[in-house]
Amino acid sequence: MAKPQLVCPAGSLAALKAAVDNGADDVYLGFRNDTNARNFAGLNFDDKSLAEGIRYAHQRGRKVLAAINTYAQAGRFADWTASIDKAADLGIDAVIIADPGVLEYATHKHPGLRRHLSVQASATSYEAINFCREKFGIQRAVLPRVLTLAQVENVIRNTEVEIEVFGFGSLCVMNEGRCWLSSYATGESPNTVGACSPAKYVQWEKKPNEMDVRLNGILIDRYRNDENAGYPTICKGRFEVAGETYYAMEEPASLNVLEMLPEIIRIGVAAIKVEGRQRSPTYVAQVTRNLRQALDAAIATPDRFAVKPAWAAELGKVSEGSQITLGAYNRPWR
Amino acid sequence: MTTRFSIPVIPAFTLPPLVARLGARLPQWPHSVNLALALNAARKLGVLPEDTLQELEGRQFRVTVLDTGMVVDFAYRQGAFRPVFVSVGTPDLHFTARLSAFLQMVSRQEDPDTLFFNRSLTIEGDTELGLRVKNMLDALEWPRLSWRGMRPTFLKS
Repeated sequence: MAKPQLVCPAGSLAALKAAVDNGADDVYLGFRNDTNARNFAGLNFDDKSLAEGIRYAHQRGRKVLAAINTYAQAGRFADWTASIDKAADLGIDAVIIADPGVLEYATHKHPGLRRHLSVQASATSYEAINFCREKFGIQRAVLPRVLTLAQVENVIRNTEVEIEVFGFGSLCVMNEGRCWLSSYATGESPNTVGACSPAKYVQWEKKPNEMDVRLNGILIDRYRNDENAGYPTICKGRFEVAGETYYAMEEPASLNVLEMLPEIIRIGVAAIKVEGRQRSPTYVAQVTRNLRQALDAAIATPDRFAVKPAWAAELGKVSEGSQITLGAYNRPWR
Repeated sequence: MTTRFSIPVIPAFTLPPLVARLGARLPQWPHSVNLALALNAARKLGVLPEDTLQELEGRQFRVTVLDTGMVVDFAYRQGAFRPVFVSVGTPDLHFTARLSAFLQMVSRQEDPDTLFFNRSLTIEGDTELGLRVKNMLDALEWPRLSWRGMRPTFLKS
């Protein structure tokens, strides 16, 4: 039985070391510019920390993947090709790309550099994935969080491309790579500037009994003092719809696949990804440690696998809105 | 064998209300002086990244510790942290939490986003500045201390 790789996030060198030290097989990261979808102030790797991070991971037999997964903006294609060249020069093990133009460049300029299809490419069918295999020689595809487990299995059966799925972390509104909500409010989105709800548009306003959060002036949620908060994205806001105020699109919650790990292994998933390059080294350590233990247990004894309360408790604690969900994986409708 | 220096696990706690009532009556300026001194020491040691520090120029900060009654005002001006004795107007960035949450955060036992989600930590003011400061603190690499190096020679086996 194939053993899925555990792919963990790093927004800093300290987080990369936390991932490696706690059992990640692969660590993924971004450069300090808008060629990656977590382009936040003070986050990500400059050349010095990148070289040190790659050295640290390689010494311990782990791989480093670079997310260059935003869409090249008009007139600035060179910024994206420069990031690809840098990844190749520094010895990155694979690049994670969404834009077909950037994929095309990497395919011809650096044929020896492994290419993964980013979740931002929004490829949900084996036809789309096989097309990218044929045109760009991709070796792995990250599936958007919109498929049921049965649909994931169907994709795996019909492609030779390795399939990576999300295993833990904050959820997108299930329209990855195609979402316009952040752009609607701010003119900026993950695909264009590398950030959903960029911080400069976010205003938290504490009042005696509640806290308001606004995105570019638009009220997106109002939390009572005893309510958990989430990220300030429109998809996770509460809105008045037909006289009722509720989470009209998505509740703030984190995906957590612990209980379906044996199934994920059985259907032949090649890699399990943890979301959260914007989170701290503490989060990376906590999530990596618990998923490593759970994954090892599920591989060793899939028939007798049971979620340990300690894993569930620690992963539940770090979840967005302090809630967990199986997301689309066990959705009854198609 | 090297024994790594480890900080004991810090549980979530709230100090008795009396502490905050007394603390709020004490002068706050010594806290501001202490914190500014500590931050400048970190800056001189090169622990804080220069590019992020430049982004803090001219900005004013406040840290409120709810259950000790402590309110610390400081600013970053002309390349150094400086205590603010009389705060005028609203600070650019304001962190509010109980003592245990601050301790859990700095000792890397809890993640700032987790504390924010469960409402143990409040961040007000310029959100981008807050994110920059949070990411700077997250990126710091605390030195791994070894007891062996600290023990007197006669104790070493």
